[in-house]
Amino acid sequence: MVKNIKLIAVVFLLIVSFFILLKGLNKTNNYSPNLNSSKIDFNFKAKFLYSDEESTLYELINDKDFSIINIWASWCLPCREEHSFLLNLKSLDKLNIIGINYKDNEINAKKFIKELGNPYSKIVVDPSGVNSIELGAYGVPETILINNNSKTILKKYIGPLDDKKLTELKMIIKNEN
Amino acid sequence: MKTKILVLTIFYLIGSFNLSYAANSEKVDQISKNLRCLICQGQSVYDSQSDFALSMKILIQNKIDEGKNDEQIYDFLKSKYGEWIVYDPEINKNTVLLWVLPLILFVFGGILILRKVSIK
Repeated sequence: MVKNIKLIAVVFLLIVSFFILLKGLNKTNNYSPNLNSSKIDFNFKAKFLYSDEESTLYELINDKDFSIINIWASWCLPCREEHSFLLNLKSLDKLNIIGINYKDNEINAKKFIKELGNPYSKIVVDPSGVNSIELGAYGVPETILINNNSKTILKKYIGPLDDKKLTELKMIIKNEN
Repeated sequence: MKTKILVLTIFYLIGSFNLSYAANSEKVDQISKNLRCLICQGQSVYDSQSDFALSMKILIQNKIDEGKNDEQIYDFLKSKYGEWIVYDPEINKNTVLLWVLPLILFVFGGILILRKVSIK
């Protein structure tokens, strides 16, 4: 009888751990940013790409209802791919697109813009990458949609934009108000 | 003799240059060891040479220069990147088992040993 209880206990434990591990397998391990802390601290200064003046990001985003902050670099291949999507977004009236040039050579960055077109209303540089961390960014490319009136992050995309994300962005901008 | 001294001096200079280049402040090392490099596989910010980690180290140095203490820096990064960035999980309802289980096992094991001993 005692032997039986032991056997049952072991089998039971095995089954339980099997299901726990199975559940763990199905859980996606990729870290996706949660937007619990959607208020952002804009309190940092950055230099413009095309001039030596500095501006706080707070000043940069203030003139329209929505802003997209796009972190990019000329050395980043996916940034090239997503560039056409940014150009597409440029046509929206309520939106201004701000580029943060991440850890880049300014000459190469200007060449990149000249070659592919400029979707950005303003571009600031982030040579050390510190400003991007203030924004909670992981790397390039990254796109953050901000509601300028409430100063909140509405959406954040890690990685290049695509058709799906583009429609989603447009939907969000359309529906907010 | 002279060339020997010259060569040694050059080596010394190269060495000291590298050293000064590599040496982060101890405080930065200490903090970055507790931070998970979010874009790397199983590395801390301290171990990693990725762009993300390098920027993170500069940021930590800046924060230290601003006079922030460890706690404030961790809190700042947690507010930006979430709980996941620090290696030490906080006690909440998701992690309570993680923290309590070793204690339970310890007590359980102790009871087992005590019973074995007292039976003898």
